[in-house]
This record gives sequence, C-alpha cells and structure tokens, in this order.
Amino acid sequence: MFPELNNLLDASPDRPEPGKLTLLCDAKTDGSFLVHHFLSFYLKANCKVCFVALVQSFSHYNIVGQKLGVSLTAARERGQLVFLEGLRSAVDSFFRAEGEAPPLRFLREATAGSLQPLFQFVRDALEPGGPGAAGWARPVLLVDDLSVLLSLGAGAGAVLDFVHRCRARVCCQLQGNIVALVHASGDAEDEESELLLNGLSHQSHLVLRAEGLATGSCRDVHGQLRVLWRTPWPPAARGRSLTFQYKIQDKSVSFFAKGMSPAVL
Amino acid sequence: MLESLSGHGGLVLLRDSVEWEGRSLLKALIRQAALRLVYHDLFQDPLNWSNTGEALPGGALGVLRAMRRRAGPGPVTIALDSLSWLLLHLPCTALCQALHALSRQDSHRDDSSPVEHVCVLGLLHEELHGRGPLEALSSLAQTEVTLSGTGGQASAHILYRRPQHRLTHKIQWFSILPDFSLDLQGESPLKSQPHPDPRTHPVDPTTHLTFNLHLSEKEKEVKDSLTLPFQFSSEKQQALLCRGLGQPTSRIFYEPDAYDDLDQEDPDDDLDI
Repeated sequence: MFPELNNLLDASPDRPEPGKLTLLCDAKTDGSFLVHHFLSFYLKANCKVCFVALVQSFSHYNIVGQKLGVSLTAARERGQLVFLEGLRSAVDSFFRAEGEAPPLRFLREATAGSLQPLFQFVRDALEPGGPGAAGWARPVLLVDDLSVLLSLGAGAGAVLDFVHRCRARVCCQLQGNIVALVHASGDAEDEESELLLNGLSHQSHLVLRAEGLATGSCRDVHGQLRVLWRTPWPPAARGRSLTFQYKIQDKSVSFFAKGMSPAVL
Repeated sequence: MLESLSGHGGLVLLRDSVEWEGRSLLKALIRQAALRLVYHDLFQDPLNWSNTGEALPGGALGVLRAMRRRAGPGPVTIALDSLSWLLLHLPCTALCQALHALSRQDSHRDDSSPVEHVCVLGLLHEELHGRGPLEALSSLAQTEVTLSGTGGQASAHILYRRPQHRLTHKIQWFSILPDFSLDLQGESPLKSQPHPDPRTHPVDPTTHLTFNLHLSEKEKEVKDSLTLPFQFSSEKQQALLCRGLGQPTSRIFYEPDAYDDLDQEDPDDDLDI
C-alpha cells in the first residue's frame, strides 16, 4: 500500500471503514496501481479478501505485492486470500463437465445471462462460517476489473445487478468492503460502458478517478487522481472533492498538488 | 421543506448526479415525513438469487401496485430509492403507469372514505437514462428537484408544476446534518428574465479610439440614400428594362491598325503552332 495515498484518503489499515464500496476508474491511463494498493492495504489490515482477478495472472499480482510488502502466496495458503484467476477460469468454464457451475458460466451461454454463479462464488468465498474464516477481520471483495465482463458479453445491467447483490451481501450483511476497478472509455458512443461507470458511481461511497494528463504523457508526472467522497460529510477539512497529480515509482507512488511536482519546482 | 415540496401531493422527482448525490436528501425528507414508516426491503435480493422462495409476487412492479391498495387513511408519503433501478429493470411505460396510478388522487374507491393525499418521492440518477425516460418522468412530476451546488455547498433547484398555475422555480441552499435533519440556508427565487447587473455599465466601444468612427448628419444622409450595387430596387428594374429602348450610355469605338491581327483563334498571338 502507498502511505501517501492513505494520508490523502485519511485511511489506515488499523481502522478500515466498514460497509463501503470504493470505485476505482481510469481514463486514458492505467489505474491498476490503485488495485495493488487496496489489495495490500486490506491484506495488511487482516481482512479476508476475495479477489476476482480477470485481467492478470496470480504471479503478476504476487510480484507487485512483494514490492509492497505482502506475499499473496502466503496469504492464500493461510486462507486469508481467495483468488479467482479469471484467465484460467474462463478456459475451465468451457471444458468442465455439465453439472458443475463455474463462476464464469455466462461465457458458455449464447445470450447474455446473469452473473449469479459469480456472485455465488463470492458469497461462498466470504462466508463467515466457512473453512479458514476464523480470525480474520471484516471481508473484502476486490474486482479487477469490471469492464472486462462487458467485453466478455455480459450486459451493463447484469454487471450492475451483480455489484448490487454483492453490496447487499458484503457491505450490508457482513459489514465488509468492496473495491472495484472500471475503465472509463471516454467515448460517448460506448453506451454500455458509460452506463456501467455511472451506475457504479451512484452506488459507491468513494470514487477514485485516475486520468492521464490532458496535455500528454510526461516523465515526471504520470497522471492525475481525482478523489470524490459521495457523502454529505466528507472527512473533515478535506472537502468533498480533491485532485492530485502522481508519479509511480518502483515501490511507491508519490502524490503532490497540481503543478507542484518536485521535478518542476 | 417537505411540506413545500409535497404540499399538493403527486410525484416529487429528486434528480441527482454522480457529483451531487441525492440519497441523503431523500433520507432527510423521509425523516421529516416519517410518523409511521413502512419499509419494503427490495435491496437485499431483488432478483431472488438466493432462491429462498420468498420472491415478491410480480417483482418490484407488483410491490408498487400493492402499495397503493395498502395505504390507510390520512396523508401518505411513498419514497422510492431509486427510480433508476426500476427504470433499468422495467419498461418505462409500465413504470410511468404505476407511478401515475400511485400519485393521482383516488377518485374511484368504492367506499366513501375521504380522498387521500399521496405524495411519491422518487430518486432518479440523471446520467443513467436517455432523454426519453427522463422527460417522461419529468412530465409526470408535480415537483422536480435537481441537485447541484458550488464548492462544498449543495443546492436544490426546485421546479413547481401546479395545474392551472404558472411554473415557479427557486433555488434552495441546504446542508444535511449527521442526524439527517435538514439545515436550510436561504433561497433565491429565479426571475423569469435575468436582470442586467446594475453595477456594470454597458461600455461604448467607440470611445477612446485613435480614429473617428462617428458619422456626421450629412454623412448619414448620404449613406442612407445610397443604393447598393447588387440590390434589386425598382429604379434598377426600370434601368434594366429601358436599356433596350433608350440610347446606350457608353460605347467602345475600335479601329484596327496595320499590325492588328484579328485572329479569333489566337487573339494574343502567342501560340507557337
């Protein structure tokens, strides 16, 4: 996790806020550094994490996690981390026998179905009384990323229903948290993507939007992060909406006010 | 605030956006209305993915219709969080019919109970729908509240649509306290036409120039009496019509001398053939 981002968000692994949906979105840049931040944040906060990883392999997240001080292999072995490797599961869903319900079963259906099997996977993974569940703090669902489900043929309505159902189960019943990444295509023609992004924004308590700089790419400033608290009572003295610029380094990300990059001053 | 919004019953539409969320205002209004709160939990499992067998008959639309029959005597406030969810899962026409039936005053009841005062508060997320459904719901609403704000201060643009009255529009600044009570911070009724700010005087751009842009009276007269060359006026029409009859005003007299070669094929004599 990145300590500077924790300071900005007024968050700490010692006291994660319960029952929140945090939406990560990126536009014209790669926002996956936020996924790695929250993954290591919640593992360090001793939470039970269900990670639906549709974009990269387990070893990729493990390598990045080690730079941030967590070992995903160890977390998985001790039962703290339940990892759905989407790339493998997608292939399995075609070659498994009938009668079993793989989480990505909607890939087999000709028409866009519902994501109920995926929700059942999440529900079973974060079941409070399940094996290896004892001793962990509140459950957390992490999804990287939801736009891939659109590309795989699920409709925006189906994805919104899935997140809604997860929110009811994880945030409300289990007092856990959800963090999900979605891509903003920036293309007004892509109605499904716009609907998904706006629908998720309305369901979330905190929106972190990583954008590329409007003027192009730069060696010292990799992008801009906009933080929006969708609550009438944002953390004190911060205001409801903040914008920072950032630079991604090997093991950390540094944040600074707009125009105040150390390379420029 | 609820009394002013729901005074005449009907549908009160709360339109919010990602930037300015409206759920907390809805909760504050519910708190004001709730002498007796009946809560229908459609959030936990609206699509019955748990297969518990407790599926709502007819789904969400059935619940909406059933609400109308269940309302007891006295004024009733129905709050819907959110209309966007309903619009995404139900056809727009069915939802509009159900809302219209909910919000209009009941004049067809069999018993002689007095007409109920029904107010429906609906939360609608503007970015999720196209213009068609938004305009349809907007036309059903007696009151429309659009949330926005500047800086950290939220405001509600309220549009009242009363039958046989003019549209009235006002802006209400507010904030919501941690116990969901509303703190109203002043309002400003919008005028129908924006008045120019009396402090700024219109600036005359022709002053303080180094050249003269003004015309004297004589110059103005000459300018006004000038006929434009390509403007078809009656004088020009007469001149064109009379050309054939009268004498031509100008002619060209040409007398070729010895060196002139009137070769039509090569008038400039520069073709090297």
